[in-house]
Amino acid sequence: MMLNRTASSFLLMELVQGMALTLKAMFRPKHTINYPYEKGPLSPRFRGEHALRRYPNGEERCIACKLCEAVCPAQAITIEAEPREDGSRRTTRYDLDMTKCIYCGYCQEACPVDAIVEGPNFEFATETREELFYNKDKLLANGDRWEAEIASNIALDAPYR
Amino acid sequence: MVEFLGIYVYPTLWTVFYIACIVGPLLGSVAYLTLAERKVIGWMQYRKGPNVVGPFGLLQPMADGLKLLLKETIIPSGANRIMFVAAPMVTFVLSLIAWAVIPFDSGLVLADINVGILYLFAISSLGVYGIIMAGWSSNSKYAFLGALRSAAQMVSYEVSMGFVIITVLLYVGSLNLSAIVEAQSGGFWNWHFFGLLFPMFVVFFISTLAETNRAPFDLPEAEAELVSGYNVEYSSMTFAMFFLGEYANMILMCGMTSLLFLGGWMSPFDFVPFTWVPGPIWFAVKIAFCLFVFLWIRATFPRYRYDQLMRLGWKVFLPLSLLWVVLIAGYVVYGGKAVGA
Amino acid sequence: MIIQGLAFYLFAFVAVAAGVMVISSRNPVHSVLFLILAFFNAAGLFVLMGAEFLAMILVIVYVGAVAVLFLFVVMMLDINYVEMREGVLQYLPIGALIGIVLLAELAVIGGSWVVLPLSEAASAMPTPPIDQVTNTNALGRLVYTHYIYLFQAAGLILLVAMIGAIVLTLRDREGVRRQRISDQVDRKVADTIEIVKVVPGSGV
Repeated sequence: MMLNRTASSFLLMELVQGMALTLKAMFRPKHTINYPYEKGPLSPRFRGEHALRRYPNGEERCIACKLCEAVCPAQAITIEAEPREDGSRRTTRYDLDMTKCIYCGYCQEACPVDAIVEGPNFEFATETREELFYNKDKLLANGDRWEAEIASNIALDAPYR
Repeated sequence: MVEFLGIYVYPTLWTVFYIACIVGPLLGSVAYLTLAERKVIGWMQYRKGPNVVGPFGLLQPMADGLKLLLKETIIPSGANRIMFVAAPMVTFVLSLIAWAVIPFDSGLVLADINVGILYLFAISSLGVYGIIMAGWSSNSKYAFLGALRSAAQMVSYEVSMGFVIITVLLYVGSLNLSAIVEAQSGGFWNWHFFGLLFPMFVVFFISTLAETNRAPFDLPEAEAELVSGYNVEYSSMTFAMFFLGEYANMILMCGMTSLLFLGGWMSPFDFVPFTWVPGPIWFAVKIAFCLFVFLWIRATFPRYRYDQLMRLGWKVFLPLSLLWVVLIAGYVVYGGKAVGA
Repeated sequence: MIIQGLAFYLFAFVAVAAGVMVISSRNPVHSVLFLILAFFNAAGLFVLMGAEFLAMILVIVYVGAVAVLFLFVVMMLDINYVEMREGVLQYLPIGALIGIVLLAELAVIGGSWVVLPLSEAASAMPTPPIDQVTNTNALGRLVYTHYIYLFQAAGLILLVAMIGAIVLTLRDREGVRRQRISDQVDRKVADTIEIVKVVPGSGV
């Protein structure tokens, strides 16, 4: 037994075993995803770029309750509101500073009408900082663009809420 | 005038041509060694490695080189300017001049000097100067610590490497590299790798890892503790020179291993289909295999701790190689092996 | 021959210039680097004389090992260069004296060549001419055959010096826990790790 151990330690058996493992790994299939062309799966709960949603009739959901502004830990959201001509309460300004946002998802949890949501889009890099200061128009445009995905994600996640 | 041309000018031009013939392919293989390293280590970690620039990522080294070339060279204000710039040049030049004595085939060598193996050993022992100068002149604590580690490590492992080389040249009876290779002719079973010198092959190979500061002995540039060791302050072409020098040194050490132990340019079998392949190709194949093992080891083993590194060099390799010097000397004197004049 | 002559004067001039810079440069690190330059040029001179073995050994031993340790120590020192320069003049006489003694010895050796042309033949053990054996071989014969006892004695003296240095500096502290590598290597997975299937809620 002693002799056996001495021999295997002098013959560097453990090192050889380790190297055999890496050599085997070399010929296994690779886990690399060829990113811009292939993408990994996303959970329905994925928290990406924000969007403001509308009702199917085109009316915007946000009622300017300012719960998201209050809950935002990074204080990235700024809302100003006054009654519209028809008397309903709407925002006149909904600014979201994406450079401050930490993507915690509290805003969409706080929202009573599912207006502000974090959509599945994570590819919104810009060349300037200013482009990341989103205003209401940009957020509503996001909502229009991603509505199908956002709606299906909400439907998929509904059984667990 | 004609005489002057014949004696001085033409030989000089020929020598310059030969040097270009060695340095050109060498720098090319250095470039592709970096790609091979990233590819092989990637494969061993279930990744694909670089594959975007060109087919299979084959243009990646060019892109990297271009990027380094176009970057700004930054010299820290506290640095010793002359030494700071000289250090990468020293590393680079030393890694190139050693190739003067490497025989690529019988007779195909730039300078077939009598003490070729000593010349190689001398040049490789000078490699530490580039690193230590870089570490000192950067005027940065990380660079300095990296340089100190590297100097201590290279000096320690050179000792056992020297003894390994002594065993080989005792066995062969010559200091000439071509003679050392000729002694291993006639099939792979005559290579020094098989037989009495096998333990010395292992010691030598591990020492070359330490000598070139490769994993698992890459303490001088341990990114976890010394950010990047002696080359933290370097950028652009000064960094590229270090990089080229280090990788050329790796190729050189693999060349040395194949000359001393794997039969240099000799084909593994001494009959027809194998002897058709020219010697330089066999030599390149052996170097490539050794380099693959370098990368393989880097992908497999974690970094040594510093005291363990010193222990391995001084308390394991040195006594073992000394013992083998005595053993081989005894074999040469009493074992009936013909000693070279 | 012209090339050899030029090379000799180049090496000799650079060696002397580097030697001067060793003692005159302000920064000790530069001094060590100039010393290395001087070593290189000495190696070049050896090569010109056909003693390539000595040249390589000079580079390996002095440049590759000794000077690295010099550089090591000098870089670690925290020296005030100005302060160090102050006392330089008081060592000048003794330095000059040593220099003169060395010069005189060189003159004696060189003079014996001129005065007594046969002195080379009269020396104790002439080496064979360079074209008959390699200088590695010649050196080996001298050191390992003719002067073997002296060589061994020199080796013993060095060994004693080394052991002395170790004995003087080695101290065995009590209560230090050391790493026992053999014990660590002897540990096997089967001896130390047991894999147990635990049913949820029942504990181990």
